[in-house]
Amino acid sequence: MSWHLGGALDLFGTHASDTPAPPLALPRGVGDLVRMVVPHSDPERYALLYTLVWRILHGERRLLEISSDPLVHRLERMRKAIARDLHKMHAFLRFRRSEDAGIERFVAWFEPDHHILGAAAPFFVDRFRSLTWSILTPEGSAHWDGTALSFGPPGRREDVPASDGFEAGWRDYYESTFNPARTNLRAMRSEMPKKYWHNMPETAAIPGLVRAAAARTEAMIERGPQMPVKRNPARAVAAMGDQEPKSLEALNAIIRRSEPLVPGATQAVLGEGPPGAIVAFVGEQPGDQEDRQGRPFVGPAGQLLARAMAEAGIDRGHAYLTNAVKHFKFEERGKRRIHQKPTAGEVSHYRWWLDRELDFVAPRLVVALGATAVLALTGKAIPVTRARGPADFAKPYAGFITVHPSYLLRLPDEAKEEAYGDFVADLRRIHDIAASL
Amino acid sequence: MDEALAKKLRILADAAKYDASCSSSGAPRRKAGAGELGSTTGAGICHAYTPDGRCISLLKILLTNYCLFDCAYCINRRSSNVARARFSVAEVVTLTVEFYKRNYIEGLFLSSGIIKSPDYTMELLTRVAKSLRRDHGFRGYIHLKSIPEASPWLIEEAGLYADRLSINLELPTEASLERLAPEKSGPAIQGAMAQIGERIVEAKAEKRRFSPAGQSTQVIVGADATTDESLIRKSAHLYGSYKLKRVYYSAFSPIPEGSSILPPSPPPLQREHRLYQADWLLRYYDFSPDDVADATDEGMFALDIDPKLAWALKNRHRFPVDVNTGEREMLLRVPGLGARAVDKILRARRHTRLRLDDVARLTSSLKRARPFLIAADHRPTQLTDRLDLRSRLAEPAKQLSLF
Repeated sequence: MSWHLGGALDLFGTHASDTPAPPLALPRGVGDLVRMVVPHSDPERYALLYTLVWRILHGERRLLEISSDPLVHRLERMRKAIARDLHKMHAFLRFRRSEDAGIERFVAWFEPDHHILGAAAPFFVDRFRSLTWSILTPEGSAHWDGTALSFGPPGRREDVPASDGFEAGWRDYYESTFNPARTNLRAMRSEMPKKYWHNMPETAAIPGLVRAAAARTEAMIERGPQMPVKRNPARAVAAMGDQEPKSLEALNAIIRRSEPLVPGATQAVLGEGPPGAIVAFVGEQPGDQEDRQGRPFVGPAGQLLARAMAEAGIDRGHAYLTNAVKHFKFEERGKRRIHQKPTAGEVSHYRWWLDRELDFVAPRLVVALGATAVLALTGKAIPVTRARGPADFAKPYAGFITVHPSYLLRLPDEAKEEAYGDFVADLRRIHDIAASL
Repeated sequence: MDEALAKKLRILADAAKYDASCSSSGAPRRKAGAGELGSTTGAGICHAYTPDGRCISLLKILLTNYCLFDCAYCINRRSSNVARARFSVAEVVTLTVEFYKRNYIEGLFLSSGIIKSPDYTMELLTRVAKSLRRDHGFRGYIHLKSIPEASPWLIEEAGLYADRLSINLELPTEASLERLAPEKSGPAIQGAMAQIGERIVEAKAEKRRFSPAGQSTQVIVGADATTDESLIRKSAHLYGSYKLKRVYYSAFSPIPEGSSILPPSPPPLQREHRLYQADWLLRYYDFSPDDVADATDEGMFALDIDPKLAWALKNRHRFPVDVNTGEREMLLRVPGLGARAVDKILRARRHTRLRLDDVARLTSSLKRARPFLIAADHRPTQLTDRLDLRSRLAEPAKQLSLF
């Protein structure tokens, strides 16, 4: 068996034969361990791995599970050392920016303990994909040009730009975030050993911070407590009271300028209707037409609702119409914008607004059109078919549950007529209930 | 970077440093796509350590330290005389992106004093996160401090951009809040925590993004008379009721411009350390709040031994535990054995009988574990007949000094 790393000679100081070795069937986990340990700088690593594989193939197939075995223990420690070296490289490497003919490039110098440049580089690709960067080490260099990763010869510290415009700001931050009253150098050194310091710009601040820490803390304690000036919460309390929207217009202004809480939507579609409306209808969410026009119930379902209301004797102009979700959630497929049902979580995002909106409109009867409206008004998922009719929403207004008009549009033609008749009958009951309130 | 911005950075980093949390953990693994910047690794990365031994993972700053509120423990309270500053949204975005590109940080932890109104402030915080995500394709970590007094819909929006939302409880009892933070209200804080907790659970189930790294909180230790036991019981309640990811304990630290209604001297940092250990027992070692309470003396943890050892010394009749046959639950209770060591023991003992030397290779604190363990070649004698066991295992009696 022979081992390779770069162009190094194999275990016995001769070049390995070109005959491919027979494949080895090894238990899971062995390959990972080998891959992790190979970059270790310990010259014994190959011999140790060889012994491991030999033992596994000679009667100790479960050897890796015995962490207390001296060999497994040692290899585990080597694996840990590599993991730590990788982690510290990801953490402590610092880029400096240079600009060449208007092209931004980031360059870093780092000295890992082990041969980990190849293993460490993908992390930086995943993170800094949109940048151009180079990492230089005494053993080799890694370069990302925005599309491909390549490795090159060793670099020199002097190849890194001599300064960077944000380094002083970073040092300022480092100094300011330090709390002198909690100085604990042992904890700092165990996590950030001194060997890394000379490549980290912020560590130049450490001696000064430590020297001044005791005096700063003493000064704080000596200065003693300050008499609080007038502790009067009135202003803050007033500010909190002021931010509550005081009218439907103020609430609508907030909704209008808020970002959609569902994907899609070009604009918020607000409720519509006269102040003091006796009946409010709550639908699911605006559709394609509503989103374009910025008004509720103007698409096909809205037109159907208007027709049914007219047949039931409800004057649409006297009712308040709104939706549980104020934005059109859709998915674009080609040129079509396909309606997506809002999830329960998304309905919760919008409940605060619906509740306050209905507080301002203060209708005597609220009609939930379809399951989403029921969910928004009650917080519970209740099947419409079972709960259809008068309902108790535990609110200051009476409730009524019926189907959403878009449901009627989706029915097959032969079922449409009867369903439409039922819907108009519901609206007649709504009319009668409203008249009696 | 110009000096005016640097000056704001110094003031607003100093103002933010009393928040203990700087963690960048818990976010789902993300990579930068084409034209995007940043990634998250799951476990988080500490990019530097300051001489207080704390990690710098995120750029932890306030948007402003002007504040309407007057919380006695806070350096930024309205009545304090500290220097004040205010960042613009664009300045915070620039600092985050430029620091990130140089590999200084994992992302941003943004909090703020309350200016104009809680809503106004919360909208600004969200606008920073939104700009990072939308305008800069930023995929790194964002932790936003939510303002519980802000309108609930603003929290709904913040969760769409942040990896973690947090609300600081600061004081564990209503009475302390009343006395030290007159503008804050316990019900408002817990209401907002409940709202965030519900949304996180819903979004996870619906595979949507809402504060995917969960929510956390901080309580100040030593600013009032709350015992360790009540703090831990409070935490257990928070973990249970609001599914909090972390509760941070922050030993009340002397601040410049301290208020006269605070205790004159800070509590030992060791107390904070013991609370973290106890919190760990709650979350990873199957200890119930009652078990943890059992580890205290009249509600307070001893400073010279850790809570797990304290529990074991009080419950000697349940030891020794045999490493080769003991149940996982009891092995987890052995002082000096961590959760990982226990898992390794359970795996290894299927194939071999463990001797003391073997155990020594699985844990770094055999000295503490030894009196409580039986191994193939070891039977402890100290457990029952040694009254001085506690002092033999205690840390050398030194007050953890400040310097």
